[in-house]
Amino acid sequence: MAEPSTRPPASGHDKLMIGQSAAGIWLAHAVLILGILIVAFPIYYTFVASTHSLQTILRPPLPLLPGDRFVENYWEALFGGVGRIGGVPVGTLLLNTTIVALGIAVGKIIISILSAYAIVFFRFRGRMFFFWLIFITLMLPVEVRILPTYKVMVDLGLIDTYTGLIVPLIASATATLLFRQFFLTIPGELVEAARVDGAGPWRFFKDILLPLSRTNIAALFVILFIYGWTQYLWPLLVTNRNDMNTIVIALKKMISFADADTEWHLVMVTSMLAIVPPILVVVLMQRWFVRGLVETEK
Amino acid sequence: MATVDLKDVRKVYPGGVEAVKGVSIAIPDKALCVLVGPSGCGKSTLLRMIAGLETISAGSCAIDGKVVNAIGPTERDIAMVFQNYALYPHMKVYDNMAYGLRNRGTPKDEIDRRVRSTAKTLELEHLLERRPRELSGGQRQRVAMGRAIVRNPKVFLFDEPLSNLDAKLRGQMRVEIKNLQRSLGVTSVYVTHDQLEAMTLADVLVVMNAGLVEQSGAPLDIYEKPASTFVASFIGAPPMNLLPLRSGQFEGAVTLPAVPGNAATLGFRPEDCEVRVEAGGIAADGALRLLARVEGVEPVGAESFLYCQAAGGRIVVRVPGRTELQAGDQLPVFARREKLHFFGSDGKRV
Repeated sequence: MAEPSTRPPASGHDKLMIGQSAAGIWLAHAVLILGILIVAFPIYYTFVASTHSLQTILRPPLPLLPGDRFVENYWEALFGGVGRIGGVPVGTLLLNTTIVALGIAVGKIIISILSAYAIVFFRFRGRMFFFWLIFITLMLPVEVRILPTYKVMVDLGLIDTYTGLIVPLIASATATLLFRQFFLTIPGELVEAARVDGAGPWRFFKDILLPLSRTNIAALFVILFIYGWTQYLWPLLVTNRNDMNTIVIALKKMISFADADTEWHLVMVTSMLAIVPPILVVVLMQRWFVRGLVETEK
Repeated sequence: MATVDLKDVRKVYPGGVEAVKGVSIAIPDKALCVLVGPSGCGKSTLLRMIAGLETISAGSCAIDGKVVNAIGPTERDIAMVFQNYALYPHMKVYDNMAYGLRNRGTPKDEIDRRVRSTAKTLELEHLLERRPRELSGGQRQRVAMGRAIVRNPKVFLFDEPLSNLDAKLRGQMRVEIKNLQRSLGVTSVYVTHDQLEAMTLADVLVVMNAGLVEQSGAPLDIYEKPASTFVASFIGAPPMNLLPLRSGQFEGAVTLPAVPGNAATLGFRPEDCEVRVEAGGIAADGALRLLARVEGVEPVGAESFLYCQAAGGRIVVRVPGRTELQAGDQLPVFARREKLHFFGSDGKRV
């Protein structure tokens, strides 16, 4: 094997980084492929299981190739309803979860960007007090304040409602702090230029701050959407009716202690369907997401 | 179009720091007034008070005869060019220039006409669709100027607009700003710490120090008759040579002309010195003559600066062209009587 340094640059190996050997590249790829296999195989196997009949699944070993029941299984789950969760179709669960995840993500972004705007750009009495108040809520995640929050929801009659599912999860110190840090990097001259240009607080927010925060908002949206999608504890507490369940809760309810009671093929279908929306969000917003994390547009 | 009148303007920050301690300046219509001084002298604060970005603690600021203390920057009808340009990074050049007009409800076709004609004046036409980050420093500077001009305001305010450009571009833009300001005839206030910029741009030059006006007037008047040792050492490059006098005497001088009784400091500019190896001629008419030892030579091409040690202190002497003198040489330095400046013990001119 030739030394990389003595190789002529245009020999077809010019993609190599300086100081990298071909063996190193092979090793790196082998490790990456192994990692992908480890992550992807369970998902693939779930998919395989979701295309077989319940009988096939209950009679091991499960084949490694997809079966012929793809359309039937998915149709039954999406529109037919699953027995163990009161005959609610998975379509309803997907809708519920989408509403909750979107509500949490959008709500959190709106609340936190506005509070960060107030804290960074306005001088009012008690500014630092409110800042610390928000900061301290970092120490009070849902799990810690779950009983009082539950009581409040019951008293307000918000059990089994989207509002009850969404609102308690909206307040977010993390997102507020993130926006605050970003706003602090916006030069004071830019704010003053906007003032001289006749932009009031609302115009400045709408025309300057919001477009500049675009990438941050996108990155935050991806993270928060998945956060909302995978919520478990709070939806478990605050929903009783089967048709208000989120998909994660329903998935848990579908599985019985007795194997024979569990419609495994539908469980597999539901699992597959549950991971599709987060994947879509990540894939579609990837470009923005990466830019939001690495680039500051100033 | 407008005058700017400052009457005993003060700025006291909440912590009790007094940044501006009572400044009165009257800027006539169409004039370019330059505020110059070292950093922390309050010149930027003063500009920001005219802009309405800082509140005025005491005194009054009037634009076009109308006191504007209580109204915000938008209603003052001023435009400002910032040190870092402060262009909106997400907007195209066109939108950067149009933004202020849009906020004031100018009709669309009027905005378009004004943006395009301003872009033409500043040779920005081909850049209108670009974003600020795709522009060079000089082009950004032009856009910042364009954003100010397009609004057709009563007053332009410049906050060290050239300090981020390289030396060559700075010289070029300086001329351009001057010409533009002349042809538009808009009253302008320009803040800089660069005395060369101040001298070349100003119709009215205001030298500030520690929150107070040290001297104001036409640039060359200030150069020729600095009111204090501070102004003398700030205006002119290299600065004026200042040598202490002890009870009207000056130990290093072979010849010292008649000195005003209360003078504590003697000043003369490096460019007003003459170096003569042979005595005679000018010594007779009451000039200063002293002996100096060359410590360093700085040839710049058109002229050379000699850094010398005289008996009273260090001095700089300018000689035209190149020089054969070297470090260690002794030489007599002359300065004519009318080129000498005398300052009292309080630093004021006598």
